[in-house]
Amino acid sequence: MRDVAVVGFAQRQMKEFDGSPTCVELLVPIFAELFEQTGWTKSDIGFWCSGSSDYLAGRSFSFVSAVDAIGALPPVMESHVEMDAAWALYEAWVKIQTGLVDTALVYGFGKSSAGQLRRIMSLQMDPYTVTPLWADAVSIAAMQARSGLQGGAWDEEQMAAVVARSMSDATDNEHAIRAKATSVEDVLAQPVYADPLRRWDCAPVSDGAAAIVISAADAPAFDRLKSPAAWITGIEHRIEPGALSNRDLTVSTSTASAGAAVGVDGVDLAELHAPFSHQELILGSALGLGDDVRINPSGGALTANPMFTAGLNRIGEAARQIWAGSSQRALAHATSGPALQQNLVMTMEAR
Amino acid sequence: MTEAGTLHAPMKVEFDYTRSLGPTLSEFMTGLKRRQILGGVLSDGTIAVPPPEFDAETYEPITEMVPVQDEGVVQTWAWVPEPVPGQPLDRPFAFAHILLDGADRPLLHAVAVDSADQIETGLRVRAVWADEPVGAITDVRWFEPAGDAAATTPGQEGGEAVTGIISPVHLAYDFAASPEESKFFRGLAEGKILGQRCPTCGKVYVPPRGACPVDGVPTTTEVEVPDTGIVTTFCIVNVPFLGQKITPPYVSAYMLLDGADIAFLHLLLGVDPADVRMGMRVKAVWKPRDEWGTTIENISHFEPTGEPDADFETYKVHL
Repeated sequence: MRDVAVVGFAQRQMKEFDGSPTCVELLVPIFAELFEQTGWTKSDIGFWCSGSSDYLAGRSFSFVSAVDAIGALPPVMESHVEMDAAWALYEAWVKIQTGLVDTALVYGFGKSSAGQLRRIMSLQMDPYTVTPLWADAVSIAAMQARSGLQGGAWDEEQMAAVVARSMSDATDNEHAIRAKATSVEDVLAQPVYADPLRRWDCAPVSDGAAAIVISAADAPAFDRLKSPAAWITGIEHRIEPGALSNRDLTVSTSTASAGAAVGVDGVDLAELHAPFSHQELILGSALGLGDDVRINPSGGALTANPMFTAGLNRIGEAARQIWAGSSQRALAHATSGPALQQNLVMTMEAR
Repeated sequence: MTEAGTLHAPMKVEFDYTRSLGPTLSEFMTGLKRRQILGGVLSDGTIAVPPPEFDAETYEPITEMVPVQDEGVVQTWAWVPEPVPGQPLDRPFAFAHILLDGADRPLLHAVAVDSADQIETGLRVRAVWADEPVGAITDVRWFEPAGDAAATTPGQEGGEAVTGIISPVHLAYDFAASPEESKFFRGLAEGKILGQRCPTCGKVYVPPRGACPVDGVPTTTEVEVPDTGIVTTFCIVNVPFLGQKITPPYVSAYMLLDGADIAFLHLLLGVDPADVRMGMRVKAVWKPRDEWGTTIENISHFEPTGEPDADFETYKVHL
């Protein structure tokens, strides 16, 4: 295995982005910021990989238009996943392992505010027996939450504690869009929305873009790198069946097996991609994270959840903690699909 | 004119997906058309509704189907306070996992009750069927609390087997132009054609693109170009198609405006298609001013000016 590190991270998150669905206007300054961080230029990037979906804002081939932000002449090596950009990072990591490239810039973008996000997300359900009912993302999560509540897997106070901690921590995150010093009592005083969920149990609809640079240790450009490195010690992803009735929604076997494959021993910090409060509890159990592990110091997806970048942001936020010296070994997680169907777990360490 | 944000317009994307069915779902949908719910028998002997097409343990196709009841018990549920278009009910309702009598795994569907305190886990519910089932999951309109009324009688056997479903997908968006495109369209509303120059390579993009696709830097300098230019390349449209506004044959051409480096596609009229040439000088023909909006359609079309053609050497890099 080649040693690969996360060496750059830039992001934008907002409630409503007043711009085009391709988010080129966001990506251009993000890429510029990454070149500033790394001291590299476009020609130091061996591979470009993005995550996005045209369904989000209704612009066909938006990922092709987004290539404008790269400046693709002479032509660049490029790929795309219709998933969170964390999976684009996985593809880039594999590409580096093959030896074909030494460095990669991974980016994601999405303008959720252009449509009705929870409704659009029902298009990822079974197209024969579920999508025709337009079973929306909030309803699916609410059914999952109730399964755990009534089965005793978690309770309302635990969910509220996740919300309170996330919103309070987000006050230190300039990119968060739902940030406020909040207590468990404050959360429980909120009205129930999609019973059993309160609005604060659900990630806010968010627009945004983000990008990460990864590099092999033996990349020729590595010696010129201005930025610090967070070394990737493991990256794995697993998927579960699409039919919800095939799964116990109160656990995440895919997260557990990805976590076991990566190895989570010694992790002191975890950035978990949980768009709904109870899902953080599921993920924490699946990974077997102890009480001494700091969870989501950024505030996590509950405080800003730009589609197709919120998972990549977890990797970036965890890497930032390594760079800052506030974590020695950090875990980042990303999810995709309904009710935590697919999960990616990555660990990084300082050296 | 204020420059308050970007230009927005509502946009609808609609498509009716026609999906063919494999043997398992074909049998399930055919059952629904007869007001009968079928479950698939899995390798462990349990019964799942809807039937999966393949067994998750053995990967074998699910071939054995058995009828289950159209009544059952709510296992878990979610309140839907603000239904979205296409959902089974347009007033608040519940989505639920319903374990039908005779099945071992739950069906996801809607339950019609007036408020969240009228539903609970364990509630017995019964299917409300469409008047004219077609062989789709929506043949069960929703479930309702099971009272004392008699159970549904399945429809008659026979009729055509259901081999496909049509899933209409209607999506509504608020579509925004980029800031640069917004300036371009606002310029058109005043009869001006605005492009932008790349600070690195100096190329002028009309319409502007936000970033130079060659250099990946924002194109910041605004450049007004005239409504005259040349045809770089063109095609003669001979084939009729749905929504065509002009009778063929007519000419679609790439117009390179004077001072611009990138050509854009528009209509060329006022000339016999046989006489159109690369390098031909053209000028925009604008609609009457009172018809102008923030749209490229302010320019009705282009037509030849009669000036001498441009030399190939002057535009060969713009092809």
